[in-house]
Amino acid sequence: MNLEIITFFVLGALLIASGITVITYKNPVVSAIALVFHFFMLAGLYLNLHAEFLAVLQILVYAGAIMVLVIFVIMLLNLGDEEKFKEKFNYRKLIAIIFAFVLVLQFAIIYSTVAGSFPGSQNSVGSPGVIGADLFNNYLFPFEAISLLLLAAIIGSVILAKRKVD
Amino acid sequence: MHTIPINYYLILSAIIFIIGVVGVLTRRNAIILFMSIEMMLNAVNLTFISFATYMGDTAGQIFVFFVMAVAAAEAAVGLAIVLALFRNKKTVYVDEVNILKW
Repeated sequence: MNLEIITFFVLGALLIASGITVITYKNPVVSAIALVFHFFMLAGLYLNLHAEFLAVLQILVYAGAIMVLVIFVIMLLNLGDEEKFKEKFNYRKLIAIIFAFVLVLQFAIIYSTVAGSFPGSQNSVGSPGVIGADLFNNYLFPFEAISLLLLAAIIGSVILAKRKVD
Repeated sequence: MHTIPINYYLILSAIIFIIGVVGVLTRRNAIILFMSIEMMLNAVNLTFISFATYMGDTAGQIFVFFVMAVAAAEAAVGLAIVLALFRNKKTVYVDEVNILKW
């Protein structure tokens, strides 16, 4: 047992537990805090995979920006606990059961097709320098397109959230 | 260097994705639906990063970067929609919003 295996199993168990907490608790604030925890554990797994830049970005963008926005909206709307759907057995539950079988199928496919362990040392794949060089050399156009998308999202959310146009 | 098989990461990612799907299907609160969608996006990100490390290629991590940007835009617009919905209909429960239902 080396350190990498121990961190993988601890982080993985906490990741699944916090994910289940998100979808089971009635109070949305508890779900949001559990999701922040979930994102921190995921950043730890990224570090385990030598993706240092994305681990930092995960904490900054998801746990920092997006979850602050979500918690802000929850507090603003002042929602109470949520009641269940009125119908006892609806088609949604049926689809959820179907997806559970899809999960089992995924396990089978993963075990039958993907080769086992990681090849040798590629330590520099996730460093900020390598990602930056690749981003600004080979992916410059998608990068600029993303900036346009963010601009459109800013304008769209301002228009959607403001009161009726005078 | 890496002692864990890539299968473990893929299975963990599949489990998280299914948790997100079940959350979308079984909850009524639109904000928790958004959180479940973020969880699904993150499960796919984990798959991207494990394959990027597996192949020794940066492309997967670049895609994760773009997915994060799109998720940020999606969260901003989605929460603005939830706010507008609450202002007009006084609810965020998805089964009580059916004005687009045919």
